[in-house]
Amino acid sequence: MTVSTAVFYLIALITVGSAAMVAFSRNIIYSAFSLLGTFMGVAGIYIFLGADFVAAVQVLIYVGGILVLILFAVMLTHRITDVEVTNRAAGRIPALIIIGVLVYLLIATIKVTPWVRAKEVVYAATTATIGDLFLYTYLLPFELASLVLLGALIGAVVLSRKEIKE
Amino acid sequence: MSPNELSSYLIIGAILFSLGLFTVLTRRNAISVLMGVELILNSANINYVAFSHFSSGNADGQIYAIFVIMLAAAEAAVGLAIVLAIFQLFHTIDVEAAETLKE
Repeated sequence: MTVSTAVFYLIALITVGSAAMVAFSRNIIYSAFSLLGTFMGVAGIYIFLGADFVAAVQVLIYVGGILVLILFAVMLTHRITDVEVTNRAAGRIPALIIIGVLVYLLIATIKVTPWVRAKEVVYAATTATIGDLFLYTYLLPFELASLVLLGALIGAVVLSRKEIKE
Repeated sequence: MSPNELSSYLIIGAILFSLGLFTVLTRRNAISVLMGVELILNSANINYVAFSHFSSGNADGQIYAIFVIMLAAAEAAVGLAIVLAIFQLFHTIDVEAAETLKE
């Protein structure tokens, strides 16, 4: 087993283990912090897949943005002084059965399907390629994305401000 | 399982998807449900980037992954704003408590 294989196993273990913590932990603070491990693990997987730019975006937006937002929401919607931070779960056994069957079927399908392989797998810096694609082929979705973000920004402000009742 | 096989990445994606679906199905806390949605989006992204790397050989899949990340950011902002609004109205974020649309 080479070093890169060992690192790959470690990253896969961190990703799946933290995701399991998110799914099964009884404390929502633990769930929120376990999400950090999942996001960093997924960024590591992107690096293994030669997607350096996507890995950087993942760290910047997920770890730096979404995770902080989730932690803020957790802190704002619970009384911090309360020891018991509930994260109630219901119907675990039926859900566990469904998920078990689903993951078995998915892995069995992945194993038997003859996936198309590219002629050669290249590892190269992707930032320039992605920039070109965004400004030529995907220009319209790129501009629409900025509109979506503007709409989300305004929507979030409108929804979360305190309503002043006359 | 090895880092040079497509299927190992797809299996990680499948497990992440299942755990995210489990979170969405069982949690009664609205923020936890949003965390499950983030897990599902991450698993979809792993599949996009894995297919882009092993099957197509060009960067189109990475573009889609970046779009998904961007929409996840927008979804998290609006979703958590809705959660805060529900908390101000009902003083709980249990999704079962918020089944009516008015006070």
